[in-house]
Amino acid sequence: MESFFSRYKNALVLIVVLLAQVIGVAIQVRRPLPKEHAQPDAGGVRLIRYWAINLVSPPERFVHWMGAGIIGVWDNYLDLIHVRQQNKDLQAEIDRLRIEEGGIVEDARQGQRLQQLLAFKEKYVYKTLPAQIIGTSGSEQSRILSINKGSKDGVGVDMPVITPDGIVGRVREVFPHSSQVLEISDPTSGAGVILATTRIRGILRGNGLGQPQVVNIMPDERIKTGEPVITSGGDQIFPRGMAVGVVDRVVPDPDHDPLVDVLIRPAANLSQLDEVLVITNMGDQVTPNQKLDMMQSEAAADAQQLKASEILAERLPSRIDPDAPQTDDENSDDSADAEGEGIARPMRPPAALHPDRFTPNTTPAADTLTPGARLAPQSEGTGTTTAAVAKPHAATPLSSAANSDGDTTETATVMPKKKAPEVVPDDGSRPPTTMAMRPAASTPTTTLPAVSSASGSETNPATHVAIPRPAIDAEQNTAAPPVVKTRVITDGPLPSGAKKTTPPTASALNPQPHVPTTQAQKAPGTPTVQHKGPELVPDDGSRPPPTMLVKPKPQPQQTVPVQQPPQGDMQ
Amino acid sequence: MARLIAASRHEVEVQPYPLIVFILAPLLALGLQSFVSLHFQRFDILDLPLLVTIYFAITRRNPVTGTIAGAIIGIAQDALTRQPLGIFGICKSIIGYLAASLGVRIDTESHLTRALLTFGFVFLHSGMYWLLVRRLLAQPYVWSWVHELIRALINMVVGVILFALLDLAKQKEY
Repeated sequence: MESFFSRYKNALVLIVVLLAQVIGVAIQVRRPLPKEHAQPDAGGVRLIRYWAINLVSPPERFVHWMGAGIIGVWDNYLDLIHVRQQNKDLQAEIDRLRIEEGGIVEDARQGQRLQQLLAFKEKYVYKTLPAQIIGTSGSEQSRILSINKGSKDGVGVDMPVITPDGIVGRVREVFPHSSQVLEISDPTSGAGVILATTRIRGILRGNGLGQPQVVNIMPDERIKTGEPVITSGGDQIFPRGMAVGVVDRVVPDPDHDPLVDVLIRPAANLSQLDEVLVITNMGDQVTPNQKLDMMQSEAAADAQQLKASEILAERLPSRIDPDAPQTDDENSDDSADAEGEGIARPMRPPAALHPDRFTPNTTPAADTLTPGARLAPQSEGTGTTTAAVAKPHAATPLSSAANSDGDTTETATVMPKKKAPEVVPDDGSRPPTTMAMRPAASTPTTTLPAVSSASGSETNPATHVAIPRPAIDAEQNTAAPPVVKTRVITDGPLPSGAKKTTPPTASALNPQPHVPTTQAQKAPGTPTVQHKGPELVPDDGSRPPPTMLVKPKPQPQQTVPVQQPPQGDMQ
Repeated sequence: MARLIAASRHEVEVQPYPLIVFILAPLLALGLQSFVSLHFQRFDILDLPLLVTIYFAITRRNPVTGTIAGAIIGIAQDALTRQPLGIFGICKSIIGYLAASLGVRIDTESHLTRALLTFGFVFLHSGMYWLLVRRLLAQPYVWSWVHELIRALINMVVGVILFALLDLAKQKEY
C-alpha cells in the first residue's frame, strides 16, 4: 500500500488538487439565490478572492503611484505650454455655460415638477464618487476593472460606474479598499439600452471579442451606423438616458437565426480608463438641501423675470393709441384692465355688424330657456297664424282680401319681435294671455308665402300648415286681433290660480281640425277636446300631432275679454 | 532531436532558486498582467502567470510542486476575474504537472525546447479553459483557431525571453 502511494504520488496529488478545485467550482456555480439574498461569492470564496486581490493590489498601487508621479511631474512642471491661452478659453467657456445653465436648470425643474405630477419615478444621479482604475483582470475572457475605492468609501454592489463620456459598468465585488467593476463589454454583463433614433430597446452585453452588443434584436432597416445608444433605465442599475455608445454595425445572431445583434462602439474608452465615477446616490426624491436650492433658484428666477418684464415694458411703445377711434365699452374695459394690470389680454374679435344666432354672446342663458322653444327668428312662413275667429272670412289673409284685381296673394307676416315661449297647460285650464283671443277649436295655421290663386277666390286655409312658433304678447294681439301669433305648447304644472275646465263633451271629441270653415263656424266657447298627458310639439316647422290641432276651450272668463275687431278693421 | 532529450545528470538536476523568487515572480506576473492590460488592452493576449508556472515546473522538475504551484497561481488569477475560483487553477495545475513531468525527461535548458513546450502548453491551456468555461460553466466563449494559434505563438516568444531573464536568478553553483 505504501509503495502504491509512493509510486503514484504525483498522479494522486494531481487528482486530489483537481478534485478539490472541481468541487470548489461546483459549489460556487450552484443555483443562484434570489436577488435579495444573492451575493457574488460565498464567504469562503470571497475570502480567497479578497486575499488574492490584496496580494495583487499593492504592486498595482505601487506601479500606479509611480506612473501617476511621473505623469504629474510632466504635466505640472514641464508640459505647460499654452496654458495661459487655455485658461482664457476655459474662462470664456465657463461664462458661456453659466448663461446656458439658467435655462437648463429651469427646464430640469419643470421636468421634475411635471414628472412629480404624473407620479413618474425617474432616478437621478445625485452623488458620485471618483475612483481610479488600478488594474484589470488581465484576461481576454473576463472584462473586470479594479478601482481603488471600496466599502470604506461608500461603494456598494451593483452601483453604476460611468465616465463623462458614457457608462462603463457596474460594481460586482466590493472590498474594504478596492472594488471590482464588471464592464459592459463582458459577456456576463447586462444593461437595458435603447436606440435613440429608432427607439428599439434591447439588452447590452459583451461578445467574445470584448465588444458590447445589443443582442436579439429584430431586423430593422432603420438601424444605421452611428445611431446613438442610451440607457433605458429598465435594468434598475443605470439611470435612464446615459450615453452608451453608437451603433457600429449589425450582424446576424448566430444562435437566433432571424434576429440580429447590433454591435456598439462604446462612448467611454473602455480600453484606456484612468478615472471613473461611481454613482453612490441615485433616487427619485430630492434631498432637503436640493429642495432649498430649488426654492432659492425659483425665487431668483421669478425676481429676474419680473425685472425683465419691467425692462421690456419700459422699452416697448405704449399699446394705447390716442388717435385710435373709440371702441365699445367692453373692449374699453378690457384695455383699461390690461393697461392697469400690465398684462396682455387675449384679443377679441370685433363686434358683428349683423348679429345672428351664431354671433358670440347672443345665446341666452340656459336657465332662461324653455324646452322645445324656438330661439332662432323665423324669416319665412313664421310669425303669423291666421286666427279662426267666428267670422268665416276671418281666415282670409289680409293681403289676399285687399287685392282687388282678383289675384290673391298671401304674404307671410314676419314677426321680428321675439318673445319667450309661454306655457300652455293642456288640461283645459286657462291658456296664457297670448292664446286667450284664440277661439275654441281653432286650428293654428300658418300662411305660406306667395300662394296665389288664379281663380281669384280666397285662399283655402286647408292648405296651410300649422307649425309651432313663438308666442306673442297680448298687446300685439289686441292691435291685430285676427292674427294669433305662434306659441309653444308644453306640458307642465298648472299656473297658480288656474282652474281646471270641465271634461269635454262627446261632440267636442270629434272635431274637424283641417276644415277651417267648420272651425270658423263654431262659436267661441264651444267645448273642445281636452288633451291629457304630455304632448310632443315639434319645433322644426313640421305639422304638429293631431291632438294639438284641437285646442282646449279656454275658460270663459279668460276668453271673454278678447274682442274680435270688426271685419272692416281687418281689411 | 537528440539535443532535446536530457543526456546528463547535470541536465536533469533540479535548479536551485532563492525562495523570494518563487514568491515574487508569480506576484509580479499577476500584477503586470493586471496593470499593463489596463493601458494596453492587447496585452491580455499574454498569460504571464501561465509562463511563470511553466517555467518553475520545468526547472523544478517536481510534478507535485508544479501541480500545487499551478493551482495557487491559477486561483490567484481567478480571483482577479469574474469567474469562479478554480477555473484557471485546474488548467494551470494540469499544465504544471505535465511541464514538471516532461522536464524530467527532456532537456529544458534549450531555448528551442522551451519554445516548443511553451507553445504546446499555452495551446493546451486554452483548450482546457474553453472546455471548462463552455462545457462546465456553460458560459459564452468564442473559440478561434487562428486567434489561439497567434496567442500561443506570442506567448512562446515572450516565454523564451522571460525564461532567459528568470535564469539570471539561478543560484550559482560553485
